[in-house]
Amino acid sequence: MTARILFAAAIGLMATLGTVPAVADALDDIIARKTLRVAVPTDYPPFGSVGTDMQPRGMDIDVANLIGEKLGVKVELVPVTAPNRVAYLQSGKTDLTISSLGKTEERAKVIDFSIAYSPFFDAVFGKKEPPVKEYADLSGKTISVTRGSMQDKELEDLAPKAEVKRFEDNNSTIAAFMSGQVEMFASGTPVAAAIKRRNPDLDLELKIVLANSPCYVGVVKGETRLLDKVNEIIREAKANGEIDRLSVTWLGAPAGELPE
Amino acid sequence: MNLSSFIDVFHAWPSLLNGLVMTVMLTLVSSFLGVVLGTLCAWGSLKGPKAVRWFIRGYVEFFRNTPFLGQIFFIFFGLPALGLRLDPVTAALVALTINLTAYACEIIRAGIEATPAGQFEAASSLGLKPAQAFFLVIIPPAFQRVWPAMTSQLVIILLASALCSQISVAELSYEANMIASRTFRNFEAYIVVTLIYLGLAVLFREMLTWVGRRFVYGEFATGAQR
Repeated sequence: MTARILFAAAIGLMATLGTVPAVADALDDIIARKTLRVAVPTDYPPFGSVGTDMQPRGMDIDVANLIGEKLGVKVELVPVTAPNRVAYLQSGKTDLTISSLGKTEERAKVIDFSIAYSPFFDAVFGKKEPPVKEYADLSGKTISVTRGSMQDKELEDLAPKAEVKRFEDNNSTIAAFMSGQVEMFASGTPVAAAIKRRNPDLDLELKIVLANSPCYVGVVKGETRLLDKVNEIIREAKANGEIDRLSVTWLGAPAGELPE
Repeated sequence: MNLSSFIDVFHAWPSLLNGLVMTVMLTLVSSFLGVVLGTLCAWGSLKGPKAVRWFIRGYVEFFRNTPFLGQIFFIFFGLPALGLRLDPVTAALVALTINLTAYACEIIRAGIEATPAGQFEAASSLGLKPAQAFFLVIIPPAFQRVWPAMTSQLVIILLASALCSQISVAELSYEANMIASRTFRNFEAYIVVTLIYLGLAVLFREMLTWVGRRFVYGEFATGAQR
């Protein structure tokens, strides 16, 4: 009988240990390591791309450096693609994900979100023809999108009859449109603006807006002290105009009102 | 992670099934075309005119020494610039077939070269035309010699078809990626799909062994190699 109780207790203990994450404070770790590991995009101008000096540059990179500077630590940039940016955070390979990340219910189950640091509109882009007045006009149109992105989900909800082609990274999504493999592509307004800047003659326009989804910093789930610190830094940068300055530099307009 | 975290993955079984069907289709079609075209290329590279020989050598060298991902991207994203636009599934089939043909050509050529020249001469002296001699006398024993190597190559093509997900072909890996990004069950989705690939590869190998017994070593066999 005692053996059985002990056995049950052992099983209970193991179950408890198995469900509670290891207690180590991420903020302390970062300070001790003197390095902040941040997942950033390198295929998503103007948020993150590789410059002519082969170094990552963009809105997200500057926000990462801003946070690192305020924490007084070195920033280690880890290039990620849209489909794996949450997984990097989940598996503890990075401390933060600053990768034009929008807030969704599904993502909030596995990671925490800071307050918003940048405006972002999701939309479908394409050539002048054919016109798109409402979501139903997207039916039967081939549209490329990056797997696991906000636009992927939105297209499925708003235009379920569109023929969506999913690609592994943003470059492939854009390449599919540029090579004429799809009629339209879904992405963010700043991204389309960056493409247009590089190819002024390209027949490209906004067809229809899918959503207003500002960008948030992704933080490892349950790391409240780190989350509070990141929020504090962003709040301060909003108050002293730093965020607006970055937004003007990279997105061409001030950030405006952003949700907390 | 516990067993219940696999439930999200199992809930998506209809999409896994669709992906499975696509993977099987890609594998079977490209395997068939690849072996047939590979045999013709092997013939061309040994018996064809000099220009054909050089062309096939160049083709084989190119496709055996460049990454498959690069080939598939070129066919899907690059060819439209030259005016040839293939839909994702066609592009995937073309890429798989072209890649397999290059390898199959080399494998079959090795089998032919291991066949004594006397066999070909004997066939000619019986009055068979070169093409008849090649396909009736030379090819059957050549296939017997290299069938195990061919079997491995075809299994590799089954596994390589996973890369077709990169150009939005809805095969098994694509569906796994979809499930992973919808549910954030990355590990669970990939382990389930990996096991499905394992099962598929073993089944495919068994099927090829049967094909070998029936057609390569069986009633059509002319040589004694087993």
